[in-house]
Amino acid sequence: MTPTEVTSGPVDSQILTVDGVSVRLGGRQILDEVRFSIGPGELVGLIGANGAGKTTLLRVILGLQATSGGRVLVNGTPVSAGRRGLIGYVPQKIQLDPDIPVRARDLVGLGLDGNRLGIPLPSRRRRLLVEEMIDAVDARAFANQRVGNLSGGEQQRIMIAHALISQPRLLLLDEPLANLDIRASNEVIALLARITTEQQVSVLISAHEMNPLLPVMDRVVYLAGGRAASGTTDEVIREDVLSKLYGYHIDVLNVHGRLLVIGHADDRFEILVGDESAAAPGHAGHSDSAAVQK
Amino acid sequence: MRWLFYPGFFSSSPVHVALVIGGISALVCGVVGTFTVQRGQSYAGHALADLSVTGGSASFLASISPLWGFAGMGVLAAGTMDMIGVRNQRGRDLATGIVRGAGLGLAALFLYWDTQRSSTTGASITILFGSMFTIGNGSIPLVAAFAVPALLIIGLLFRPLLLSSVSADLAAARGVRVRLAGLACLVAIALAVSLAAMTVGAILSTALLVGPAAIALKVTSTPGSATITAAAIGVAATWLGVLLAYDSFTWPPSHDGWPVSFFIVALIFVAFLVAQPIGRRRIRQVEG
Repeated sequence: MTPTEVTSGPVDSQILTVDGVSVRLGGRQILDEVRFSIGPGELVGLIGANGAGKTTLLRVILGLQATSGGRVLVNGTPVSAGRRGLIGYVPQKIQLDPDIPVRARDLVGLGLDGNRLGIPLPSRRRRLLVEEMIDAVDARAFANQRVGNLSGGEQQRIMIAHALISQPRLLLLDEPLANLDIRASNEVIALLARITTEQQVSVLISAHEMNPLLPVMDRVVYLAGGRAASGTTDEVIREDVLSKLYGYHIDVLNVHGRLLVIGHADDRFEILVGDESAAAPGHAGHSDSAAVQK
Repeated sequence: MRWLFYPGFFSSSPVHVALVIGGISALVCGVVGTFTVQRGQSYAGHALADLSVTGGSASFLASISPLWGFAGMGVLAAGTMDMIGVRNQRGRDLATGIVRGAGLGLAALFLYWDTQRSSTTGASITILFGSMFTIGNGSIPLVAAFAVPALLIIGLLFRPLLLSSVSADLAAARGVRVRLAGLACLVAIALAVSLAAMTVGAILSTALLVGPAAIALKVTSTPGSATITAAAIGVAATWLGVLLAYDSFTWPPSHDGWPVSFFIVALIFVAFLVAQPIGRRRIRQVEG
């Protein structure tokens, strides 16, 4: 059962091909024959409610999660430990201890050689690459601070620089906008849109809220119940496509350009995607505030 | 200088041995301790110290160097803690607590037998609180043989360990074998703790492991400088402690010396207190 499948070219020209991937964990079907692909330079949103399998899918692409079926091709070849340099990864926001003696610039450098053995020798080439990357993500102002002292938005920038410095073909970001206030969120989105062209990298962003991404997304992969529909926003965020995907009736509301996905079951309805309390107006405080976490 | 270097300090053979063994141990503890603290494994360090009591008291029964017991038991315990499994902080603390309880029970038994057999509490004092001036110089090669692998582990895994202390996911995505690196680090901690146990005794060994590292992490900013500073603070406290202990043979109440361990741990504690405001000022400067 494969809902809308739109690819922008033949398989061998794709940067990422997810081909019928299934994952079972503890008897539960987390992913069910998910298939989609991403072409060069595309910025794609991986949208779904919490628990829809977004993180699992990203871990499959990274080669960190075993599958029960299907395959993943990155740049035309199966993912394996040796080819991880092709993928940059920004994990979900992590709580960092200010006592970790790693400055923002150190973390960017570790993106280049963090898996190598031995003590790093000072190198001019390495230093120049780090400086270049710090400028690319506008992180000069806080480059010498410890990562544990950065705000949510600053941390995302540094994580993006860390992920991009090895010049990957594909950048995966897991909920980069969660827990960010509107300003920080918009800055990260603008940065990603710019970097997609500048660094010639394809981007897959997971989010439980698609509205902030609507202006920059080339295509969307929508996950529900472990299954996926992919295509342009107009092709996927539709009542017929999403109702088929969820297996019950779905309404899609357009409120002044904001899309709300609403599910109806047993005479109750629920906003499934599009209700983002973290981006609620009036919240302009520090982005790490626990009060806005879901 | 007579008031500081009491006559005979530089020609005393026990002092030489204490300076060499204490210096090596403090160096290893500073380097390994920096990673112990930043990876949030101080609790595992404490547990390994408790378990080294078990090994140390057993090696007294077998009449071999307590270092074999300290390190053997520590490495065994490190492997067990890793095997019991450790997906999250709570699971890790629980696994550590269970292994630690079992080990201390055995230590109680062995220390009882040690005391029975020798009819003195000398073995217990040596194992629990150390007695640096009674270590023979035959122990120096053994100490070096335990120090080298601990330093090699940290030196080789410097970057993978740093990256996985920031985020295990991030490290795994870069191709770091996070679990293996974690186990190797735990073995290095076990070796460092056993060297510290030789110097200041098993009970106080984590003070030498965690103390200088905690100070260094407050006052430095880069991974390399934190590691070097921690080692320097540890070595300085240990050597100064040896000197004060030697001088204390002229002190009241009994004119037969205060324990070295007391001086080392007290010096580290004072340094920690002094470093607090420096660390706060440094953070303010960076933020401001």
